[in-house]
Amino acid sequence: MSTKPSQSETETETDTEPATTGHQQRRLDDKRARADDRDEAAAQAETEFDGETVELKVFRYDPEIAGKEEPRFDTFTVPFETGMTVLDALIFARDSYDSSLTFRHSCRQAVCGSDAFFVNGSQRLGCQTQIEDLEWPVRVEPLPHSDVVKDLVVEMDHFYDQMESVDPFFDPDDLPDGELEEQRQSRQNRENIKLSTRCIWCGACMSSCNIAAGDNKYLGPAAINKAYRFYMDDREGSEKRQERLEIIEQEHGVWRCQTQFSCTDVCPKDIPLTEHIQELKREAVKENLKFW
Amino acid sequence: MYEHDVIVVGGGGAGLRAAIAAQEEGADVAIVTKLHPVRSHTGAAEGGINAALRDGDSWEDHAYDTMKGSDYLGDAPAIDTFAKTAPDEVIQLEHWGMPFSREDDGRVSQRPFGGLSFPRTTYAGAETGHHMLHTLYEQVVKRGIEVYDEWYVSELAVTDEDNPNDRECHGVVAWDVQSGEIAGFKASDSVILATGGIGQAFDHTTNAVANTGDGVAMAYRAGVPVEDMEMIQFHPTTLPSTGVLISEGVRGEGGILYNGEGERFMFEHGYATNDGELASRDVVSRAELTEINEGRGVDDEHIYLDMRHLGEERITDRLENILHLAEDFEGVNGLEEPMPVKPGQHYAMGGIETNEFGETCVSGLYAAGECACVSLHGANRLGGNALPELIVFGALAGRHAAGKEMADPLIETGPSDALEHDELSVPTGAPDGDAGVAEPATDGGAQGAVDTRAPTDVVADTATTEEERIEALLGREDGVNHADVRADLQQSMTENVNVFRTEDGLKQALADIQDARKRYQDVYVADKSRTFNTDLQHTIETRNLLDVAEMITIGALARDEFRGAHWRKEHQERKDDEWLKHTMVSWNDGDPDLWYRPVLLEGHDDTYEPKTRSY
Repeated sequence: MSTKPSQSETETETDTEPATTGHQQRRLDDKRARADDRDEAAAQAETEFDGETVELKVFRYDPEIAGKEEPRFDTFTVPFETGMTVLDALIFARDSYDSSLTFRHSCRQAVCGSDAFFVNGSQRLGCQTQIEDLEWPVRVEPLPHSDVVKDLVVEMDHFYDQMESVDPFFDPDDLPDGELEEQRQSRQNRENIKLSTRCIWCGACMSSCNIAAGDNKYLGPAAINKAYRFYMDDREGSEKRQERLEIIEQEHGVWRCQTQFSCTDVCPKDIPLTEHIQELKREAVKENLKFW
Repeated sequence: MYEHDVIVVGGGGAGLRAAIAAQEEGADVAIVTKLHPVRSHTGAAEGGINAALRDGDSWEDHAYDTMKGSDYLGDAPAIDTFAKTAPDEVIQLEHWGMPFSREDDGRVSQRPFGGLSFPRTTYAGAETGHHMLHTLYEQVVKRGIEVYDEWYVSELAVTDEDNPNDRECHGVVAWDVQSGEIAGFKASDSVILATGGIGQAFDHTTNAVANTGDGVAMAYRAGVPVEDMEMIQFHPTTLPSTGVLISEGVRGEGGILYNGEGERFMFEHGYATNDGELASRDVVSRAELTEINEGRGVDDEHIYLDMRHLGEERITDRLENILHLAEDFEGVNGLEEPMPVKPGQHYAMGGIETNEFGETCVSGLYAAGECACVSLHGANRLGGNALPELIVFGALAGRHAAGKEMADPLIETGPSDALEHDELSVPTGAPDGDAGVAEPATDGGAQGAVDTRAPTDVVADTATTEEERIEALLGREDGVNHADVRADLQQSMTENVNVFRTEDGLKQALADIQDARKRYQDVYVADKSRTFNTDLQHTIETRNLLDVAEMITIGALARDEFRGAHWRKEHQERKDDEWLKHTMVSWNDGDPDLWYRPVLLEGHDDTYEPKTRSY
């Protein structure tokens, strides 16, 4: 199957069907007009926009569709506009050329964390990546080190399992009694956890991590960062802190990190993941020495 | 068939809060969501959560501000319940660890927001929704509540009595996006819809691609009336190229709006001489578009929002996320340049008609959050009132749905012959001879007066119908791509049902919707795979958008007055004698019925008097 625009989605074969009712005739006329429009748009993409089109080379795979069972790359030619993101280009390709092109996306503003892809060899959010900042043609692949479900969609269950294995919830030893009484937290303490709370669960860090690739049980940067978020929060008490340390220190916890900084480099929310992991190592050492 | 006591459809703020509340009442709860919960659009909310927490403030003042903001189209029992409960719910979030911004004494910070008489907006930077969503999801994980993520709910399993007030909801039908498995979900107690916004009916919106009004459309087709759908909020500060939201928090912290001539137009052109930039959102959006339309905009398209004078320290402390958004999505450095902004579709005040406990007229069916209309926001929602709505009414719906004994509701629901009915002057609803794949026959089928089927049969029958519909869509080898229909619909809505509305424009939109409905009859799904078929999902979502767009426009054409967010060129005043009433639309087997329900101005302790609304 080719995804060159000029060869996609022509509907001429239906034009010869006899129309039996006025209603049906109108529908067919509409359909022809739309097919013409689409051909025209495709032709434009190749001629008029010449020099202003960008080629996307997109990974394709579908386990149950003939021709897609073996992974391949399709090329889509998309008219380029200033400000266009990788996600915009993918949406254009899907809506104009091939509606089976499949990728997760929702908020378009880098907060839902759905559209982490491997763009020109690096983990990035499609919506946050400007086409003009990339080398062309733009190569878009699913996140490495994950099972591919279809096209750019990867299996996220392992990532979610790791996130949920670190007691990822606030669990204070006690709470204030009075009516409408909040827990106090210093501005400084809030500042200390601020960056760690920005995580949008996109999975870019885990995909970039060589250790996670080789050790399926490794908690990974995002889950350790989640543990950091609660460990560093003064509102939780010392009992829970001790429990958290055990999770962090486990065999497949912080000590696996080899400080390659690949997670920090790809994090779309600029969370200093490697630093957070090292801080937790230091906390663990401090605690362990205390009991010596 | 899967079975739970309570099934929550949607995993955003309202759905998560409802699930936690229902579980705390002892129910076996499941959340079914087409995304993973942390992908929900609650996460994009920026500004904050209003609650009267401090000395000098009171729930009565919060209620008064909300009623005034609603332009007297909110129902007093809903507003009172909301303002009374919001403080408890905010403190609950704090107790669940939400990382609120703090004062020097360690207490939760509050800042001024538009239309508020007291700085009562609690916040967590300019990413309050993100923190709220993750905090709630953490509690769902802690409790082990079952989540069916990436399961798309496509229809409600509702009985077929003629009168919607007699119907019962027994569950939903959904398919697993990843595998394509279609399954019934039986709810022994109730179903709670928490499906969020409808922004994809417009083409310039702050809403996510997932905000397609699925819950509103499904409830509507099941016979539940929708309320005040014409009341759409256009947020005054969205980035021109993408619609990405720039929080009201920027103006709350002191950000200033300038037109293309460098004038501080909110004051200099008399739009809001007291509150200026912090007037209610509808007032500011109209002011901006008036400036642009009268030639005082920038590039005839936008105006400027300037926060440079706030200084880097304050901006980084309280609005850092805004710097990232302006840089990533508009290429502007907010520390050095003013940010271009224009109004964009942001929020639906209307929705599925419910009482103050989230109950609809269909027994066992609830709705909460943006998809519902309780009615809290009336004709205009105040900034910072959406997030508390999610937790207040999410929790109430969850408890009630799980069987907790509660007071009798003061708000009535459901169609009634005793209420005023109206005629539509233009064609709406299902096109002629529509028996194709586009129309699931859920509303008033062959069952007649009393539906005697067992609840499991209602769910199983609905599942069969859905399977047939999906098979039909996948079976077609050729036809219309839903994306073309959706794009035209969005364009017409943004052109004709925007901030400024005219009778001709609204009629044009209804004609365009009729045309889109006819084209949709020929829709087909090119992707034949069962695996992660987003083509199929988006095609069904577009059907929901057609219904949603039509309800909005029917309400907008019917309401010939100017109230809150709803401005009509031919009708430049609020008509309290005629229009202290909600516009209600019922699907009525594809022949939409327009009727009205009086606004309730009598609250728990007091009666609100409509006053002139000035800021």
